[in-house]
Amino acid sequence: MIAPLFFYLFALMTVVSGLMVILARNPVHSVLFLILSFFNSAGLFVLLGAEFLAMLLVVVYVGAVAVLFLFVVMMLDINIDEMRQGFRQHLPLGLVVGLILIVELLMVFTQDLSTDNVLATNMSGEISNTAMIGQVLYTEYLLNFQVAGLILLVAMIGAITLTMRHREGVKRQNISEQNSRTRDETVQIVSVDSHVAPKVLDDSRAANKRLQ
Amino acid sequence: MGDISLIHYLMVAAILFTFGAVGIFLNRKNVIIILMCIELMLLAVNINLAAFSSFHGHITGQIFAMFILTVAAAEAAIGLAILVVYFRNRGSIAVEDINMMKG
Repeated sequence: MIAPLFFYLFALMTVVSGLMVILARNPVHSVLFLILSFFNSAGLFVLLGAEFLAMLLVVVYVGAVAVLFLFVVMMLDINIDEMRQGFRQHLPLGLVVGLILIVELLMVFTQDLSTDNVLATNMSGEISNTAMIGQVLYTEYLLNFQVAGLILLVAMIGAITLTMRHREGVKRQNISEQNSRTRDETVQIVSVDSHVAPKVLDDSRAANKRLQ
Repeated sequence: MGDISLIHYLMVAAILFTFGAVGIFLNRKNVIIILMCIELMLLAVNINLAAFSSFHGHITGQIFAMFILTVAAAEAAIGLAILVVYFRNRGSIAVEDINMMKG
């Protein structure tokens, strides 16, 4: 009895915050509404019995992607009013496209979506959702899993190489250069004659006299 | 109120997907909002996949939702990195200013 109530709560919150993402005036508010939307769809996933995916959504989307968005929005100096120009101008076109899209998507429901003709029912209640995903992911979809990891690696390297820059004139420690120094090129042995006062000392005395 | 069926979940996903598509049209000047709209659309697709997976009793849908999650995260990272580099070079991220290549 309580499950439908929660479904409507999560669904309503997801849809409303999704709407606020595109309508919010300030991009920071948009990101925060996006986070709310992610949280509520995580709730929907829990209701569907996909707990692992729900937690993944919270960890990956809210913990990484949304925070990345927040960083970039706050780091870049954006003129909000300038960005809002053309909002009303594009509104009719957007509404027409949206209407067409939603009608097309809702036409799917005229089809028979009953689950009777689906044979596979490997989701029994005996084994947890996470264990089931693990059993399938590491056997049947092993190659896809590896490729997904490769995609993440490429994305990471790409993002780092894109944003890294070497500034000129900044003194930095060069560790390989430090380690490759030898005794010959750094230590200098000077034999000083003890009878004669060093020339350097004379110079400094002369300088002191001039100052006085 | 009644039981929650597959249709209900598909309806939520359809509405969310449409919001994402409309958002791209409405916020055509702001690349960050466009990226967020793409994330919204990917979320709608994930809801669809998880709903079908759950109601058809087949785990594959959830596996592929996971892969979509991976690609979405990679896409967001690359997109935002490009955005930061672009802002550093041009001092603006307005979509109209992105015409260096005259494409």
